[in-house]
Amino acid sequence: MKPTRDGFGEGLIELGRTNKDVVAMCADLTESTRAGWFKDKFPDRFFSFGVSEQDMYSAAAGLALVGKIPFASTFGVFASGRAWDQIRISIAYMNLGVKIVGTHGGISVGADGATHQAIEEIGLLRILPNMTIVVPCDANEARKATIKCVDIKGPVYLRLGRNPAPTITKEKDPFEIGKAATLRDGKDVTIIACGLMVKEALLANEELSKKGISARIINLHTPKPIDRKTIVKAARETGAVVTAEEHLTFCGMGSAVSEVLSEEAPVPMRMIGIRDRFGESGTPDQLLKRFGLTSSDIVKAAQEVIGLKKSG
Amino acid sequence: MKKRPDIKELKKKAIAIRKDILTMLERAGSGHTGGSLSEVEILVALYYYKLKFDAKNPEWERRDRFVLSKGHGCPALYAVLADVGFFPKKELMTLRQLGSRLQGHPQLGLPGLEISSGSLGQGLSIANGMALGLRLNNNGCRVYCLIGDGETNEGQIWEGAMTASHYNLDNICVIMDRNHFQIDGLCCDVKEMAQLKSRWEAFGWHSIEVDGHDVERLMEALDEAEKIKRRPAIIIADTVKGKGISFIEHNNKFHGVAPKKEELKQALRELDKQLKKL
Repeated sequence: MKPTRDGFGEGLIELGRTNKDVVAMCADLTESTRAGWFKDKFPDRFFSFGVSEQDMYSAAAGLALVGKIPFASTFGVFASGRAWDQIRISIAYMNLGVKIVGTHGGISVGADGATHQAIEEIGLLRILPNMTIVVPCDANEARKATIKCVDIKGPVYLRLGRNPAPTITKEKDPFEIGKAATLRDGKDVTIIACGLMVKEALLANEELSKKGISARIINLHTPKPIDRKTIVKAARETGAVVTAEEHLTFCGMGSAVSEVLSEEAPVPMRMIGIRDRFGESGTPDQLLKRFGLTSSDIVKAAQEVIGLKKSG
Repeated sequence: MKKRPDIKELKKKAIAIRKDILTMLERAGSGHTGGSLSEVEILVALYYYKLKFDAKNPEWERRDRFVLSKGHGCPALYAVLADVGFFPKKELMTLRQLGSRLQGHPQLGLPGLEISSGSLGQGLSIANGMALGLRLNNNGCRVYCLIGDGETNEGQIWEGAMTASHYNLDNICVIMDRNHFQIDGLCCDVKEMAQLKSRWEAFGWHSIEVDGHDVERLMEALDEAEKIKRRPAIIIADTVKGKGISFIEHNNKFHGVAPKKEELKQALRELDKQLKKL
């Protein structure tokens, strides 16, 4: 168990050692986002911006314009909503290689409540041209994503979590931004998940196989640019799809999958996600349960889409 | 210190740039006339005296950076960039047309342009980022950023003002085109804007007030700003919106409206008269 933000912190230190152009910035959450780990090692290449996210993201654009590779971190809610126009004009419109790091993604932030739970930011940033969105499922993947996103020419949003997350991938597992990972093969239904929900999808798979259902599990860590080929193939071969994410069902990863499938391979589909409401305080486990983000919710949805497939 | 160019030549240049601006805008049929005309001398002092650049090599690493934060003032910048040789002058006549590199608000990709802009308030922060990065590179490059006065309604300007002084950015110089108007009217009526100089000083800036149409004073102010160590400098350039054309000066109708054909003719006649007087 390890939070994905820790994977980011470790990856950033590695980058600090290997790439002198990498710089880090933070908006008064230096310890929380783990940018502080970089600051301790490379103080000259770290810039604190105080509580001014708009200023920080535009300044990140300026650093990118003179050849730096800035990783600018804060909580996901502030990185997206608070600085959206700055990201739109200063970063995405100019297609600059700013790495926007949003920690405390999802409802599992817990007790801080709705203001601090980023459940709409994948959508807010996905709709911007040139943007890449990466949602790692564990700390290993977060470390790899941090290192690999330097190779992406344009802006990247890295969505990270606050709490310890189960380790699913191995250090040696291949990871490529934009290439979905098929974790389990199956023929009756496809479950596409990202972030914390990948673990739930794997747990759902165990339940489903007890019922004699063969599920394909896909870790769609890159909602944008989306791996159309893998998704369309899975939909065609299994005939039913469930998506699962710690985000609103509007505009998130599930919507991205639905946009692809409705054009290329329409099949019965259900989205597991938060339905048109704000979050609230509670423990992470309580909240995941209340908002329908557990393996048993996925199992239920999988059975429904299989039923629709048969009745269709 | 670099030798200053002949003042009369610079005045001629300003008139020629104003002609280009008005001609482009009339051709385009829309665009920001008032705020383009007010910033002409500022751009002249920068591009014909202060800035280090190489029009043949726009990406030259050791160039100074000019950041147009008030993106709507781009017709003036386009005219200057073409005149100093970044792209052919005839391209000016494509302003605001489909497929043109001269977009209604600046878009990166036009040689000589350093940023895309148009959403106000972001340029100073971008300039700060550049200044921080250039300081790490330690190559002596400076960053100049032109903002509007109405633009300082944006809170981000003040966030940027704090950042520049916090980081002791003495390689940045902001120039404010203080033309006293914004879209809804006089700045002071839209949102109180008194004590501008002391406001910036309170934020830790070295602050200089000049007549923004006096090229000689502008050059002196730019030199003074460069000498300031360990803190940023701002030149508050007092200007006239629509400067140079009798019926456009102080006439806020021309904030976002281009001159019509007849208006252009009269404007060009006025500018020719000014040229003869020099």
